[in-house]
Amino acid sequence: MRPNADKTKSRMVGTSDDIILRTEGLTKDFKGFTAVSEVDLAVRRGTIHALIGPNGAGKTTCFNLLTKFLDPSRGTITYKGRDITSQKPAEVARLGLVRSFQISAVFPHLTVLENVRIALQRKRGDSFDFWVSESVLKALDGEAMRLVEAVGLADFAQHDAVELSYGRKRALEIATTLALDPEMMLLDEPMAGMGHEDVDRIAELIKRVSANRTILMVEHNLSVVASLSDQITVLARGKVLAEGDYATVSKDPRVIEAYIGAGHG
Amino acid sequence: MADIAATGSPSISASPKAAADNAALHRMIFIGLAATLLVLPFIPVIGYPFFLMKVLCFALFACAFNLMLGYGGLLSFGHAAYFGLASYVSAYTAKHWGLTPELSILLGTASGAVLGLAFGSLAIRRQGIYFAMITLALAQMVFFFSLQTPRFTGGEDGIQAVPRNNLFGLIPLGSDTSTYYLVAAVFLAGVALIYRVIHSPFGQVLKAIRDNEARAVSLGYRVNQYKLAVFVLSATLAGLAGSMKAIAVQLASLTDVHWSMSGEVVLMTLVGGMGTVFGPIIGAAVIISMQNFLAGLGAWVTVVQGAIFVVCVLIFREGIVGVIGKWIKRPL
Repeated sequence: MRPNADKTKSRMVGTSDDIILRTEGLTKDFKGFTAVSEVDLAVRRGTIHALIGPNGAGKTTCFNLLTKFLDPSRGTITYKGRDITSQKPAEVARLGLVRSFQISAVFPHLTVLENVRIALQRKRGDSFDFWVSESVLKALDGEAMRLVEAVGLADFAQHDAVELSYGRKRALEIATTLALDPEMMLLDEPMAGMGHEDVDRIAELIKRVSANRTILMVEHNLSVVASLSDQITVLARGKVLAEGDYATVSKDPRVIEAYIGAGHG
Repeated sequence: MADIAATGSPSISASPKAAADNAALHRMIFIGLAATLLVLPFIPVIGYPFFLMKVLCFALFACAFNLMLGYGGLLSFGHAAYFGLASYVSAYTAKHWGLTPELSILLGTASGAVLGLAFGSLAIRRQGIYFAMITLALAQMVFFFSLQTPRFTGGEDGIQAVPRNNLFGLIPLGSDTSTYYLVAAVFLAGVALIYRVIHSPFGQVLKAIRDNEARAVSLGYRVNQYKLAVFVLSATLAGLAGSMKAIAVQLASLTDVHWSMSGEVVLMTLVGGMGTVFGPIIGAAVIISMQNFLAGLGAWVTVVQGAIFVVCVLIFREGIVGVIGKWIKRPL
């Protein structure tokens, strides 16, 4: 699945080939409003990288640009040394760069198990075989069930996803993303709208799955950001304000000002 | 009122679906349907084959349409184009080339497929209302083309007295009853194929795209290819229904390509239950029966139809079969 998995990961900074995702001068203009401006981002392989910033800082736009759900106005995106600036979203996903969504993205009228299985089904290649019975997919049920269990949804496996609570939908979404075994995961506010016990469980899960992959996440819950991330990029008004680990970033006066200025305290 | 999961808390008590049980139930319904079709011609009042054939052709048409709307989430407002063109091709080749029924039906179906491929590749580039409008505009082009080419379509007269040549050049289709059984067999095969499509790996992806297109893209599915595939499948089956209708009713006319036909198939699907396997069959039976048995009311039929549609949308949004499925807590 992961072509570079055998490569030993180095956490050393500097060499260019341990940067898995890089943007240069990434800019997005919406009719007279620049949502993302000249962002240079470098995500090191094997790290958890957090993108934080006050509301409207351009974090989600940035995510949409990286996964090609939006086309940048200027700038380039390089993933694993390959220029993906002009790729289509489905192609980016096929390269192992898989995103989650801010609003929980499940398939409401499929069961929990089927939700995860849809992602596993990608391993079969394209599923254009409309003449084959879906019973061939039973072969994937075991693996799907393991993923469903891993996010604590085993009891709900046969329920339609629409019946789940918000927190459980988020958990299901992560299980679905994990099913693709992506080399790099982009999580858009994985904790948004979650209850306290869910936050701990999902944080634990993210920590666990980060073991052999790279994660870039947008998150508002700063204690989660502090405990999970190796590197933090702070965005404000579409620009990179500061970068570094939590200790560095949280002491940066510009960051404090941006947050207080935006009413975050 | 019909909103699902509006309660906020998860309905843990809902009974888990057992896929195997559902498959067994559906098999029973299929057998029941086949048995019903077998004996229907012997039942008085509704049992005259000409009417039954018409119902079955439109039922297959509605099922084909529902494959796209109910399972692919694509609302086409121009399905009359595939139905009507296929109907013309089938009628023309049977009448003027003297082709046997299976060949003219095959050619008609193929024409539906080709037209579906052409129109589908244009329409899938847009979504929602724009998609519907493009399909409507393209279908109107087919209508005006049919109107302007009387040498092929017979213009306002249509192609009348389409001969029922011998099936495979051997079996005579002289009586309405023998033609009815041919139509019934093709209908069952068509519905069985649609059922298989819905319950295939392809069908799973289709439902995922219908539920959440952006998410399907983010999982690496090239959704436009799936949309085009279901578009072509649906147009092909609509073509099959249309070409069979031309042979069965022995007429292909402008009515078949008119936009109101596109509207009627939406109506049948919604009345019966969109996104259910058996709903469109019931919907078609209800609508065609109304047109048939209320024919004495003249133009009032349309008014009655409209009223029924409004009542359906207001009281049971899921359609007749959709509501029954909810009662017995099984997908039908």
